[in-house]
Amino acid sequence: MSSNEGRVRCAYLYEVLTLTKDLKKVRTAYSTKSVLLAGLLFVAFPLHAAPSQDRQQFQEHYRRLFPQLRLSDYANGVYAIDPVARESWQAIEEFPPYEEAIEQGEKLFNMPFPQTGGRYADCFPEKGIGIAHRYPQWDKDKGEVVTLAQALNDCRERSREKPLDAEKGEITFLLAYMAYTSRDQAIEITIPEDDPRALAAYRQGKNFYYERHGQLNFACATCHVQNAGKRIRSEILSASLGHTANWPTYRLKWGEMGTLHRRFRECLTQIRADAPPAQSVVLRNLEYFLSYMSNGVPITGPSTRK
Amino acid sequence: MKSFLLASFALLAACAAIAELPQERVNDGKQLAFDRNKGNCLACHAIDDGESPGNIGPPLAALKTRFKDKAQLRDQIFDATRFNPETSMPPFGRNRILTADEIDRIVDYLWSQP
Ligand code: HEC
Ligand code: HEC
Repeated sequence: MSSNEGRVRCAYLYEVLTLTKDLKKVRTAYSTKSVLLAGLLFVAFPLHAAPSQDRQQFQEHYRRLFPQLRLSDYANGVYAIDPVARESWQAIEEFPPYEEAIEQGEKLFNMPFPQTGGRYADCFPEKGIGIAHRYPQWDKDKGEVVTLAQALNDCRERSREKPLDAEKGEITFLLAYMAYTSRDQAIEITIPEDDPRALAAYRQGKNFYYERHGQLNFACATCHVQNAGKRIRSEILSASLGHTANWPTYRLKWGEMGTLHRRFRECLTQIRADAPPAQSVVLRNLEYFLSYMSNGVPITGPSTRK
Repeated sequence: MKSFLLASFALLAACAAIAELPQERVNDGKQLAFDRNKGNCLACHAIDDGESPGNIGPPLAALKTRFKDKAQLRDQIFDATRFNPETSMPPFGRNRILTADEIDRIVDYLWSQP
C-alpha cells in the first residue's frame, strides 16, 4: 500500500469512526460541511446582491448558455432545449391529459363551501381569475410568503374546511383552473422593499437553492445552473429559469397531476436529502426565489411532462 | 545500466502483478460503477460499453495518462470536492455512498481499462 493510499484509508476510517451510523446525525454532519462548500457556488451570484441584480445575472447566465432561446421559451422546461423529447411532448399536448383537471377545477372553484356558503373567489383579488402569475406573494400581516396553493388552503380554513393535500389531488385541479385563466401572463413577482422580512425570505430561498444537500451532495444549482443542457444519463437537465411557469403538471411518471412542491421533493429525494414537506416555509421561500428569478416568463400551466 | 535494467524489470513485474488482478474484482468494479444504486458513474461519464451515459463529466478512458497511480485515482473518487470545490461529482467515500472496498474495486476496474 502506498503511503498516499494509506492516508486515504485512514481518513476514511476516521470518518467512519467519528460519524455515527444514525442516518439523521450523518445527514446533519453532511449539511454542516455543505454549508462550508455552499459559499463557493455563490461566486457567480454574490450572497448579498440586490434581488434584481441576482435576477439579471441569473437570466444572463442562461442567455449565454442558450443564445437561441427567447425568455418565453423557458416556460417549456427541458423541451425548450431537447428537440427529440419536444416532439413526443407536442404530440401529447394535442390531447392534453390535464384537460379534465381544468374542468374539475372550475367546478370545485365555483362550488360554495358547505359551512359558510362562501366561495374561493371571495378570497382572491379579481375573484381569482388571471392572477396566478402574481404568486407567490409576500403577506405582510402573516410575515410569510404565500403561494397560490397556500392561499387556497388559507381560504378553506377561513371557510371552515380542512386543508387539501398540497402535492396531488383536488388542489391540483384548482391550481390547474387558476393557472389556465392566467396563461400567457408574464410571471410578475415583487419583493416589497418596505419589509425586510420579505428580503430575508427571498434570501432563505436563494440559500436553499445554492446550498448542497443530501448524501449525494448536490445543490439545485449543480444540476439546473451549472449543468443545464447537459445529460445526466439520458435526461437533459432543464434551466431553472421558468421552473415555476408550468404548474400544476401532469407527469407521465406520476400518472396524475402534481404540484411544484411535489417536484421539488422528488429532486431532493433523488439526491438522498431530507425533503421538507410541501408548503413548508423553506419550500415556499424556494418558490419565491425561483419565481422571482423567472419574472417575465409566461405562465403555461397546467402542462404535461415526462 | 545494470541497475536501470533491474529497476525496469521490477517495474514490469509490478505491472504484471496489476495485470493479474483477479478478474472477479474487475468485473465487480464494473458492476459497482454501472449500478444506479451504487456508483452510477454512467449518470455523468461515458465508460467502456455502458449504455446511455451522461456527459456532465469527461469520458473515463485513458485514466493512466491522467493519474500517476491508483491511489491518486482513488482520491478523486473518494472526495472530488478536495480537488475542485465546485465539482458536480458526489464525494463517494466521504459521504459513504460507497464503501472503501467498493471504491477499490471500481479503481481496479477503471485501471484495467485502456
Ligand atoms: C441530480 C440532478 C438534480 C438536482 C440536484 C435537482 N434536480 Fe430538478 N430535475 C432534475 C431532472 C433530471 C429533472 C427532469 C428533467 C428536467 O426538467 O430538467 C428535474 C426537473 C425539475 C423540475 C421540473 C421542471 C419542469 O419543467 O417541469 C423542477 C421544478 C426542478 N427540477 C427543481 C429542482 C430544485 C428546486 C432542486 C433543488 C432542491 C432540484 N431540482 C435539484 C435533476 C435534478
Ligand atoms: C453527477 C456527476 C458525476 C458522477 C455521478 C460521477 N462523476 Fe466523476 N466527474 C464528474 C465531473 C464533472 C468531473 C470533472 C472534474 C471535476 O468537476 O472535478 C469528474 C471527474 C472524474 C474523474 C477524473 C477524470 C479526469 O480525466 O480528470 C474520474 C476518474 C471520475 N470522475 C470518476 C468517477 C467515478 C468512478 C464515478 C462513479 C463511482 C463518478 N466519477 C461519478 C462528475 C461526476
